[in-house]
Amino acid sequence: MDRQVNETSVPSNTRPGKSTAKYPAKYSAFSLIKHGLAKSDWPRAWREHDLKKSYDVVIIGAGIHGLATAYYLATNHGITNIAIVDKGYVGGGGSGRNTSIVRSNYLTPEGVRFYNRSVHLYQDLSADLNFNIMFGQMGHLTLAHNDSSLRTMRWRAEVNKLEGIDSEVIGPDDIKQIVPYMDTSTNTRYPIVGALFHPPGGTVRHDAVNWGYARGADVRGCEIHQNTEVLGITTIGDEVTGVTTNRGQISTKIVVNCTAGWASLINAMVGLKMPIVTHPLQAAVTEPVKKFLNTVVVSGSLHVYVSQTDRGELVFGASTDPYASYSMRGSLEFTEELAGHVLELIPSIAKMRVLRQWAGLCDMTPDFSPIMGFTPVKGYVVDVGWGTYGFKAGPVSGEAMAQLIATQRVPDIISTFDFARFAEGRLVGEKGAAAVGH
Amino acid sequence: MIVVPCPWCGDRNSMEFRAAGESKKRPDVNTATPEQWRTYLYTKSNLADWVTETWYHRAGCRRYFAIERHTVTNEIRTSRLPAAQIRLDESKGS
Ligand SMILES: Cc1cc2nc3c(=O)[nH]c(=O)nc-3n(C[C@H](O)[C@H](O)[C@H](O)COP(=O)(O)OP(=O)(O)OC[C@H]3O[C@@H](n4cnc5c(N)ncnc54)[C@H](O)[C@@H]3O)c2cc1C
Ligand SMILES: [Zn+2]
Repeated sequence: MDRQVNETSVPSNTRPGKSTAKYPAKYSAFSLIKHGLAKSDWPRAWREHDLKKSYDVVIIGAGIHGLATAYYLATNHGITNIAIVDKGYVGGGGSGRNTSIVRSNYLTPEGVRFYNRSVHLYQDLSADLNFNIMFGQMGHLTLAHNDSSLRTMRWRAEVNKLEGIDSEVIGPDDIKQIVPYMDTSTNTRYPIVGALFHPPGGTVRHDAVNWGYARGADVRGCEIHQNTEVLGITTIGDEVTGVTTNRGQISTKIVVNCTAGWASLINAMVGLKMPIVTHPLQAAVTEPVKKFLNTVVVSGSLHVYVSQTDRGELVFGASTDPYASYSMRGSLEFTEELAGHVLELIPSIAKMRVLRQWAGLCDMTPDFSPIMGFTPVKGYVVDVGWGTYGFKAGPVSGEAMAQLIATQRVPDIISTFDFARFAEGRLVGEKGAAAVGH
Repeated sequence: MIVVPCPWCGDRNSMEFRAAGESKKRPDVNTATPEQWRTYLYTKSNLADWVTETWYHRAGCRRYFAIERHTVTNEIRTSRLPAAQIRLDESKGS
């Protein structure tokens, strides 16, 4: 609980998202050498607290969405009397289990604009958070194995270009240039006919993003409460008055649901039902080998995607498990199918061994788009429906939700993601760009 | 993997099926408002509990049936034909 406070301050900067707050134990080359030589422990990146009786805002879920919302509330709006409560630990949900693909080559203009803002925030995030999030914009390649996917890709490329995003359709020869190990011959079950190439896409180190936001929120005065489970939400009339947790009662006027896969269970506490179904999504990682894959490769038809980490491991993912469940167990079918499909794309990795596989929960919506903003219950706001694509959206969502909470108005960038769209029949239609390529 | 007991074919790997989702009452198409119809289409209970849901044995008998499954443990405790199907079979005298 005690931590060493080092009075070095971050140079002031006026960019939004960047703050002049003092970081205890600022990370730097100097602090690395100092701790290395002294062999001393690093101070904890965030503190523990007793639960107070009341907060201005209670955020449920200490994943990237909850943490980023707190961080931007504090940084951009000066609201710091915030509790972020999580029944488990920071990043124990999807935020610590995802394959960390970041991209903005979506299909709808609103989707493209939204995710592109996140890409921009990610570009500056290491500096803003004083935490190396290892954002590698190595490029993102979505393969087409038939005419209809190629058609959707051309459509996406045009929408992307109109929004000023680097995105183009390329042919098998160019693909072979970018990924020499890929089998682009016509001698396969599903020959590759083209791909959507998105150079700004890439991956981040998800843990670093979670921890960086947690540390940034903590140092600005927000309280992170791990092992604090929300058991109920109290209301008077149609208005939120507080939250019941396993550590006691908190009173607050604003509750934010950032619980992704568990979102429906929290909604039920205020009597709301949304179009969300929780599906497990699995991923796997191999032993590390020398770097040979310099882009993220996705194949919708083969239900698989792969990237290589800086450490050399291949990270694989697929589409969600085919039935609703809150179970986070992996399955043999997943690994078998994955291996078969990956080998169709890159046969030469046949001898690599899978080290680990795991699952996380994804809150799927019918239009592959989030549900963000106010609800019929006053003071109860949601940032849910993140499905299999919510990690890349963390920064922009946190920024927009903070603005919404601070100003009590819906920012333009998220206005089409409102809950009312389902009853009003205004679905967003992002399936063509989000079903497998998270 | 979960094993799904098909009322016709017995215990089979879940990969042979399509999970059609939680069972719910369909509103009357003649009187439902667009809002009611959309609520029926989209809104889900998504419980972490025992749920009654419809499955389709895609790579088998190609029949729809209902199961009770716990969505946290994936344990399945009952499997039966949908009520409509049972009535249909009875009227045929089978
Ligand atoms: C295998 C996998 C791969 C993925 N790949 C990608 C990808 O490449 N790119 C991408 O953009 N997205 C990806 N995603 C999706 C992404 O991980 C999620 O959308 C995102 O992390 C959601 O973040 P969150 O902060 O909203 O929720 P989470 O990180 O899931 O956090 C929710 C938190 O709520 C807490 N909680 C739940 N109930 C309660 C309660 N009653 N009281 C208190 N706390 C509670 C949980 O403990 C949890 O920590 C992937 C997901 C998975 C599972
Ligand atoms: Zn059957």
